[in-house]
Amino acid sequence: MNEVNEQMAIEHGLKKDEYKKICDLLKRTPNITELGIFSAMWNEHCSYKSSRRHLKKLHTKGDQVIQGPGENAGVVDIEDDDAIVFKIESHNHPSFIEPYQGAATGVGGIMRDVFTMGARPIANLNSIHFGSIDNEKTRNLLRGVVKGIGGYGNCIGVPTIAGQTCFDESYNGNILVNAMTLGLVNKNKIFYSKAAGVDKPVIYVGSKTGRDGIHGASMASAIFDDKIEEKKPTVQVGDPFTEKLLLEACLELMAGKSIISIQDMGAAGLTSSSIEMASKGDLGIEIDLTKVPCREENMTPYEIMLSESQERMLIVLEAGKEDEAKKIFDKWNLDFAVIGKTTNSKNIELFFENKKVAEIPIDFLAENAPMYDRKWIKAKLPKENNFSKDDFKSLKLSDCLNKILTDPNIADKEWIWNQYDHTVMGDTIQKPGGNAGVVRVHGTNKAVAASVDSSATYCHAHPLTGGKQVVCESWRNMISVGAKPIAITNCLNFGNPEKEKNMGEFVECVEGITEASKYLNYPVVSGNVSFYNETKDKGIKPTPSIGGIGLLSDYKQMVTMELKNDGNYLLIIGKTEGHLDQSIFAKNILSNHNGPPPEINLFNEKQNGMSILNLKNKNLIETCHDVSLGGILTAISKMSIKGNKGVKIFPIEGLINKFEYFFGEDQGRYIIEIKPEYLENVEKILKKNSIHFDKFGIVESDKITYGNDLKISIGDIKESYKKWLNEYMIN
Amino acid sequence: MKSSVIIFPGSNCDRDMDVALKKFGFENQMVWHNDAEIPKSDLIVLPGGFSYGDYLRCGSIAGKSRIIKSVVNFANSGGLVLGICNGFQILTETGLLPGILQQNKYLNFICKNVFVKIKNKENKYFKNIKKEVLELHIAHNEGNYFCSNDELKSIEDNGQIAVTYCDDKGNDDEPNNPNGAIKNIAGIFNKDKNILGMMPHPERMIDPFLSGEDGSLFFENLIGNV
Repeated sequence: MNEVNEQMAIEHGLKKDEYKKICDLLKRTPNITELGIFSAMWNEHCSYKSSRRHLKKLHTKGDQVIQGPGENAGVVDIEDDDAIVFKIESHNHPSFIEPYQGAATGVGGIMRDVFTMGARPIANLNSIHFGSIDNEKTRNLLRGVVKGIGGYGNCIGVPTIAGQTCFDESYNGNILVNAMTLGLVNKNKIFYSKAAGVDKPVIYVGSKTGRDGIHGASMASAIFDDKIEEKKPTVQVGDPFTEKLLLEACLELMAGKSIISIQDMGAAGLTSSSIEMASKGDLGIEIDLTKVPCREENMTPYEIMLSESQERMLIVLEAGKEDEAKKIFDKWNLDFAVIGKTTNSKNIELFFENKKVAEIPIDFLAENAPMYDRKWIKAKLPKENNFSKDDFKSLKLSDCLNKILTDPNIADKEWIWNQYDHTVMGDTIQKPGGNAGVVRVHGTNKAVAASVDSSATYCHAHPLTGGKQVVCESWRNMISVGAKPIAITNCLNFGNPEKEKNMGEFVECVEGITEASKYLNYPVVSGNVSFYNETKDKGIKPTPSIGGIGLLSDYKQMVTMELKNDGNYLLIIGKTEGHLDQSIFAKNILSNHNGPPPEINLFNEKQNGMSILNLKNKNLIETCHDVSLGGILTAISKMSIKGNKGVKIFPIEGLINKFEYFFGEDQGRYIIEIKPEYLENVEKILKKNSIHFDKFGIVESDKITYGNDLKISIGDIKESYKKWLNEYMIN
Repeated sequence: MKSSVIIFPGSNCDRDMDVALKKFGFENQMVWHNDAEIPKSDLIVLPGGFSYGDYLRCGSIAGKSRIIKSVVNFANSGGLVLGICNGFQILTETGLLPGILQQNKYLNFICKNVFVKIKNKENKYFKNIKKEVLELHIAHNEGNYFCSNDELKSIEDNGQIAVTYCDDKGNDDEPNNPNGAIKNIAGIFNKDKNILGMMPHPERMIDPFLSGEDGSLFFENLIGNV
């Protein structure tokens, strides 16, 4: 066996003092298999060593929360014994190296996290971030990632109902692929990863183990350099067909009563799954690696323990239920092997060809894993810009609008979501391209809404405000489809935590997320952290992605964003101050990238959102869309394009400059469409609740008009909005 | 009326089809691919999905599966067999329908609403549907129908073209062809018109809250004619 030394530990991504700690804990030098196990469990990806102390602050409690962070996924109650299991996870590093497989296995991994808990996946979502559109790699990465997400999700037969795509040069060397899955489960039949009982058989099911993905989790905990191509073999290869079989087989087994605990083999494969089960159950575990089904010859214990081959699960069964379980996996043509048992030693003990090849106390790997209190610096709120009249003098509203609608971060993304099966399972009632995707809870009147949001520009300008903003944006998306916001999952994508600035961005974004989610009663129930999104010293902008879900108790009450009927009134809910700093307008039209992000007022946020739900419950709203990037005129354009209806905009009241009014990105705002006969009543309700609103315009014709300043046909803006991505991908 | 939906490993529209058939009055049962016999049925459906992972070629392994012999016997004795999407691919692989389904012309998976023109109503699948153009939904990567010139002549002569991609007015020309299929073909019959294979999914269009309702017309008509 290879002699282990400090240099080898460093090559495994461990720090010198971490290696010393291992030797001290074991009171000896680890062997190579043990070193591999330590490096897998102690890396950032698995141990959360830089983030753990901050994540504890997250707001994770709520009446509807059944399971918060710490399990394979979060679980929330949606009444009548139904529960939604959901989580978002990153697969950034592999996707940059090999976009198709990286993205595909990202989708596969998150679906396994959800069905491991006994839930049938009912919807997939994703948030993907790419470098500048002028970067030579962007087009191929985008194409590969979209194909990978589609290739996996489409094959499994789970609809991809919503997502988000951003372009920014800070992702040139590190793209982000965050995948989210929602599953439906009976709340009395949820499965957990905590093992219980001694001498219970440990079962391996699914695909065979190969040499793919060895050190995947360590790679995800390292920065990239020039030798990135050499990392290709660390990317796992996905097989959605096997996953579909595994899904059906697991759900079939779960219908019975033989499972004590179950855990998918995700990052760090057999190592982390076996250790987590034993650690949560305060048990030991014994595994005979000779019994692990392998697809390649002469695999060593080290390779078997660190392989990240996909589509595998580890199950602790009730003793005596092995035959019954095996029958199900035989039916689905999947490998099934009893590879070990639970013990009371509180150690992980590995055997190979009748020899003990590793023995480590489990708490060394779990509780005793390093935890760091990294240094961080607080970000200052940037100074506001003072735009003068001259800045707007030569601008025309229609030119500005057309330019904004072709901004890659605004333009239509149909090219992407047409490649995702978004209608399979027959319950998708709101497709991608709206405020949120909505799927019915099969066979009931209920529906679940879901969206993913991020706003790296705001988080970069001021992390604390940005963190709050993303949560609010997610909340607004739920409100806009008429759903009561329930809970969120977060995927925290950041740069190198060993740098004080990056660590500060993380700490303050988490603080912002916590503040907003607490105030809005929109708890975080699951998530993951992806650090080291950095290439050659260049880190990404801080990018927390928030996946939100909401509940519609009657799906027929769902609200959509396309304009409905001529003669209806449009109101803007929430006050428009005209905040242009960090806006799409400032970047595209004024070429200004400075200043603070728009302020978040959580009181107004909540009031405005709740009043919209209140109006919806009284059936007074025809249409709703939140105002986000690009401001009011961008939002109204999207509503017009979708509904193929024009708008006559009334004169703006007050002294505000029209560019600030139309393109400002003030928060907490919505546009709603009201039938004329309900207008008086709606105004009365809003005034009574002290909600600020502007009477904005009236739905009519096929043009958007504003006095003599703007007259633009829906056809023209549609062309601008729809063409960009198609043209970009063809070139 | 009794129907059977065959489940292959990798099928993923089996439940959707079951829901649709039951909604319109079929007594439906699910049949496992490894069974030898199909229970007594008036209609057999091969659902969409990725049977056997669609490895080798879409539908090819399913075309050799244990249950397929019973499907072929049932079809050859005049029974109604409907293949949707992957089911259509399987029917061409078994030789029950002529031609093949290649990868889409622009090499991308396509999921969207399309219009199809009904080309032949002298059969149980479309007989009493009043509309000429239906709005249906496609979701496939390999829907680009192709056959030899001789086969094409033969299926045209025998009225075997069931539906073609078109616009809302029924123009089934090249600009309305989503995947490159020859003659815009979206679905075809066998000579006797008891077997129908088509790429669009009527089972996803059975409710005003879904992508549309023209799938309802298809199933209402079908149960009326079985």
